[in-house]
Amino acid sequence: MNLTSDQQIFWHHGFVTLNGTIVTTWAMMLVMAIGAKLITRRLATEGPISRWQGSLEIIITGIQQQIGDVGLGEPKKYLSFLGTLFLFVASCSLCIVIPGYKPPTGSLSTTAALALCVFIAVPLFGIREQGLGGYLKTYTKPTLIMLPFNIISELSRTLALAVRLFGNMMSGVMIVGILLTITPFIFPIVMTALGLLTGMVQAYIFSILAAVYIAAATQVRKH
Amino acid sequence: MDNSILVAVVSIATAGLTIGIGCMCPALGEGKSVATALTSLAQQPDASATITRTLFVGLAMIESLAIYCFVVSMILIFANPFWTHTIAQSGGK
Repeated sequence: MNLTSDQQIFWHHGFVTLNGTIVTTWAMMLVMAIGAKLITRRLATEGPISRWQGSLEIIITGIQQQIGDVGLGEPKKYLSFLGTLFLFVASCSLCIVIPGYKPPTGSLSTTAALALCVFIAVPLFGIREQGLGGYLKTYTKPTLIMLPFNIISELSRTLALAVRLFGNMMSGVMIVGILLTITPFIFPIVMTALGLLTGMVQAYIFSILAAVYIAAATQVRKH
Repeated sequence: MDNSILVAVVSIATAGLTIGIGCMCPALGEGKSVATALTSLAQQPDASATITRTLFVGLAMIESLAIYCFVVSMILIFANPFWTHTIAQSGGK
């Protein structure tokens, strides 16, 4: 049984392998980038706005609101990073309605890459807000004894981010695959609908957790 | 008993145990947290946004434990390194 889309190989030459994950990821990126370009080509600030612009604005203001609620002072600074994470994960799981599609987030390499982005972005944002010394000092809060535990938590939460998204997406594909062999008529559709819900929740959770980590790293102590 | 059968039996039994116990305990934790969140939602409907967000983040944290167990059991069944090792050895003989 194909656990992930890594095992679908389209093209192989030397040590370069073009598997399903890479192809679907790039297709998704193309669709999202071109779609965003097309929608933002004719933006209107007054008068009637197009439906696409309206829906895009709803998404953007919704994400901004959520980032602000988590406790990040200026949501605009973090919107590009967190919004991209959310939109990518969400559209990847939304596309499971397309037959024959396997979500690229159901592969551990994609989710590990996304988690590594968060792992690198958190110190970068922290250093930008508090300076290098100020950021490094947060590791010794509340006392110096907590230093190793803070470092371990930094690593383990990255692992948790990657494995959580991978497990949820992979289990969705897996359950549908198993159900197709047992009860091929109605139940796979029900489980796919459930998979849509899980995918949305996971996209939300992934970006909210990233926002929480960034908020923890950028908190400047107010005297 | 043959060596490969032993590996297969232990892998399958462990996979079942892993997913069984690993679902049971996080389910208890999730039930507890949802019940508490519902209680506080009923007491303070105004704080619903904060409560719901914290609940979701907490549920994701708890659920990741169950997901770890699921991943481990899937590895044991479909991508077992010991099983491939045993097969490779018996094939080499």
